[in-house]
Amino acid sequence: MSVDPAARAGYPEHPPRMGFFTDTSVCIGCKACEVACKEWNAVPEDGLALSGMSYDNTVGLGASTWRHVAFIEQSIPVGPPSAAAEGVRWLMSSDVCKHCTESGCLDVCPTGALFRTEFGTVVVQDDVCNGCGYCVGACPFGVIARREEDGQAHKCTLCYDRLGAGMEPACAKACPTDSIQFGPLDELRERAALRVADLRAAGQDHAQLYLNDPDDGIGGGGAFFLLLDEPEVYGLPPDPVVTTRDLPGIWKHVGLAAAGLAAAGLALGLGRRK
Amino acid sequence: MAECHPVGFQWVMEAKARGATVIHVDPRFTRTSAVADLHVPIRAGADIVFLGGIINYVLTQEKYFREYVLNYTNAATLLTENFADTEDLDGVFSGLDREHRAYDFEAWRYQGAEVSAAAGDRDRPDGNHGPAQREVRQAGRGEAHGSGGAAAHMNPDRDETLQHPRCVFQVLKRHFARYTPDLVEQVCGVPPEAFGRVCELITENSGPDRTTAFVYSVGWTQHTVGAQYIRTAAILQLLLGNIGRPGGGILALRGHASIQGSTDIPTLFDLLPGYLPTPHVHGNENLAAYVAAESTDKGFWAEMCAYTVSLLKAWWGEEATADNDFCYGYLPRLTGSHSTYETVVAQIEGRCQGYFLFGENPAVGSANGRMQRFGLAALDWLVVRDLVMIESATFWQNGPEIETGEMRTEDIGTEVFFLPAAAHTEKNGSFTNTQRMLQWHHEAVQPAGDARSDLWFAYHLGRRIRAKLASSSDEMDRPVLGLTWDYPVEGPLAEPSAEAVLAEVNGWDADGKPLSSYTQLKDDGSTACGCWIYCGVRADGVNQAARRKPGSEQSWVAPEWGWAWPSNRRILYNRASADPAGKPWSERKALVWWDADAGKWTGHDVPDFIADRAPSYRPPDDATGVAAISGIDPFILQADGKAWLFAPAGLVDGPLPAHYEPQESPFTNPLYRQQRNPVREIIRHPQNPLQPSGSELGSAVFPYVATTYRLTEHHTAGGMSRMLPYLSELQPEFFCEVSPELAAERGLANGGWATIITARAAIEARVLVTARIRPIEVQGRRLHQIGLPYHWGANGLSTGDSANDLAHLVLDPNVHIQEVKALACDIRPGRRPRGPAVRDLVRDYQRRAGITEHTGTEE
Repeated sequence: MSVDPAARAGYPEHPPRMGFFTDTSVCIGCKACEVACKEWNAVPEDGLALSGMSYDNTVGLGASTWRHVAFIEQSIPVGPPSAAAEGVRWLMSSDVCKHCTESGCLDVCPTGALFRTEFGTVVVQDDVCNGCGYCVGACPFGVIARREEDGQAHKCTLCYDRLGAGMEPACAKACPTDSIQFGPLDELRERAALRVADLRAAGQDHAQLYLNDPDDGIGGGGAFFLLLDEPEVYGLPPDPVVTTRDLPGIWKHVGLAAAGLAAAGLALGLGRRK
Repeated sequence: MAECHPVGFQWVMEAKARGATVIHVDPRFTRTSAVADLHVPIRAGADIVFLGGIINYVLTQEKYFREYVLNYTNAATLLTENFADTEDLDGVFSGLDREHRAYDFEAWRYQGAEVSAAAGDRDRPDGNHGPAQREVRQAGRGEAHGSGGAAAHMNPDRDETLQHPRCVFQVLKRHFARYTPDLVEQVCGVPPEAFGRVCELITENSGPDRTTAFVYSVGWTQHTVGAQYIRTAAILQLLLGNIGRPGGGILALRGHASIQGSTDIPTLFDLLPGYLPTPHVHGNENLAAYVAAESTDKGFWAEMCAYTVSLLKAWWGEEATADNDFCYGYLPRLTGSHSTYETVVAQIEGRCQGYFLFGENPAVGSANGRMQRFGLAALDWLVVRDLVMIESATFWQNGPEIETGEMRTEDIGTEVFFLPAAAHTEKNGSFTNTQRMLQWHHEAVQPAGDARSDLWFAYHLGRRIRAKLASSSDEMDRPVLGLTWDYPVEGPLAEPSAEAVLAEVNGWDADGKPLSSYTQLKDDGSTACGCWIYCGVRADGVNQAARRKPGSEQSWVAPEWGWAWPSNRRILYNRASADPAGKPWSERKALVWWDADAGKWTGHDVPDFIADRAPSYRPPDDATGVAAISGIDPFILQADGKAWLFAPAGLVDGPLPAHYEPQESPFTNPLYRQQRNPVREIIRHPQNPLQPSGSELGSAVFPYVATTYRLTEHHTAGGMSRMLPYLSELQPEFFCEVSPELAAERGLANGGWATIITARAAIEARVLVTARIRPIEVQGRRLHQIGLPYHWGANGLSTGDSANDLAHLVLDPNVHIQEVKALACDIRPGRRPRGPAVRDLVRDYQRRAGITEHTGTEE
């Protein structure tokens, strides 16, 4: 059962839920998404260090990196199995905030800096953020982080300002091969299902969709992916779960425990009084 | 292509999504390889064997498109008995003058028709052979001839059965007979299975119903045989019938925007606009002699006088009259080759004292960077116009030679003027892409601060010079004072109107009305046109290049997006898309066709043919010019109307491509005794020492092959990327790419440092160990290739040594391009020595390899 996160957040009338479908099978690793994101959102440079990890000097998402193209070099057999020749496969994948249906970061934010938009996306307002950092540990993907310079949490806004003006996010706009597709989530899911079926029919046995399932541990991503291998290969958690999933249960236990303690205290106090 | 042209690559991805097979042949495994259907690793510098092998497959397996080949190419044309092939002469063609390292083209010409001079003699009407003629040849007339202006007999003898032993088809067969799959494996390191797969894929996808396109970049051109790489592809595409047809062709992807435009309206020393050759001092004395020497008897180059006179009228206006040869005498003359690398030598030797750099960073981006910097340091003055402070503007302060002590800032006399330039978003103008399509761009923001457009700079510099000369009566100043230098200026910066320049380029008639086609140009001075092939870009006074009608609102040819020269044709020589009778070869590949009822050519594209010339038309023997083009001569700019499998003129290093090893190679040429291109252009200079090759003593000192290239994240010599944080952080340092095997062999660690050494320089780079670089088996030996992106220098946020410092200056003789795609070198772990010690290391390598001034200059 698909949840409507915008409706749940209190928007009675709202546009369709918008999101990203990142089809990594056509990614050419140009990193235009990374640059376009930084240009539009004025995200600062994030370090000038050579990583030694293929062409990936961005290394991961963070407060000052909202799109990250991973480069994974794999050895694969080529030709007939008897030849035992090793070829290489170079996987590229542009990672981004997943804009989860069940968002841990949003759940734990004490100030309301993080909020759900009418498009169903999750945005952090840096002028409201008090820098507590609860959201950082609450993200199952390590997406959101605090920037050293300002102490505040930052992440992809899915270009909330552009969406409001009827424009697509900067990364999707810049992507030359349509690896990053933006649109109503329902449509993207349909398109993705067809694409993965095509790839599998063409012999890509490990082609799979990631975070497209509304019944997964985050209620499905507002940003989901077509991968050519297992999520772990790309450094993605294979079965992510919203970190606040058990919170109601925890609070129930906490409440019971607190009530018990209070009762005990009362009893003690009463006893002392007595 | 994905690596350097990611935006253009979207169309390859779209073609792939529609079922196209993408094959990538490259020494490296790049971002293109990652999404290709088939990646074929190849030894750098071996492509003529690879392509020649496919040609041999096509010929021996009879996969060629016979009707196309017979009618539209010179396959049936006979050569004279004087022609001798590389197969006959062990690696050289007839006509080689070894002493002067030049070919006499006489022996390459067609048999038959009346005797006329071959290309090399044409601008020497007296026909004398001698030093002057060689100078003319060395002046690089190849560019002009390549456009079709080269001479050939218009009615040569033919054998329609293709059986005559001296017909081009049979010559071609014999020439490539030894380019077998075995040879491909030996020379290129490509196993027969992979090679066979490529042969099958290409031939299965060519013919009446299908076409195959080739895309290349500087991986083909930057060799001592670069022009011949392209020629090999041209021969293959002609045999398969893939030229002049939709989905076919050979597409050159350039280093940056509008390189096509910069040859059309050239920044080259040997060309005038529209591929008219620059006159030479020893011929071409007057307009009549120039036209007689440079035009053809047949086809549209026969109208060259009209193009030239119209150009002179555009430049000198009223001053150009029939009485003064239309100011032809004002044109500068060539005295020899004045290519960029020869100019560097002239700088060092003090013959070139002042220099302009417009958006070019030779201290990083040109081969043998040390020579570049020594040249700049020897100038009196240097003007650098760039977006940022590039290394070519700061060599006197922080160049590598300051560190080695070879230069001292206080000793360098060069006065450097740095003038900030406007970016393309800050000015109006056009880009011409590889499809010859002009696209107009508009100024989005005014340039900041002192930054100005190149047009502003050129116009106002000219205006000031003319003001200074205004009172001069010296004849020498007439060419400058007589120029039509009257462009209107606009806005607060007094920016010259780019539209006004476009109007001059397009041309006008005697009444000042815009012309619409180059066929309107006259040789009587009644028309003016700044570039004949661009005539029509402003037809009806409308900037046709600024059209942006969406593709969804017009036909698939999209004729209303921008404007393509000539005459808005999107596919050149498209008469070849129809059969000899004028019918499309297939419905699927229909482009233009003969409408017999209407008596004219029609179709999706603008027909590239005389509109009413019936396919059945055969010219009388005495016809000349456009009238001499028969109904089955699609290649209307060629002197014989046919595409050239065999090039009787136009290339200075052979009528057919032959494999020569790169200037510096660990291998001996297994095909011929001739190791290297016999007429390659060698810049002889102490700063340009050359290495031994193959079996020569000392060759083993440089056992590996480096190849230079670009990364998506940076732009050429880095001026547009290394200063930008968002790009620099993506590739923050210079690195080399090596295979795990080479890393183990030389003790290189991923993320560590390596020093790479040639006879010119030693540079250091961080190490990226990757299985994407694979050793290959060549002539029974395991060869390691080293990848060297070349973007770096000392300035900016992302810094490092310059890979081009390693390169030598031995050039392709046709176009004077450097060979940086295959360089023998050594690599060792650790950083290079600092200070003067780095030169000691290089000298030690030179000594160990036994390098003298003669090394590498022989065969």
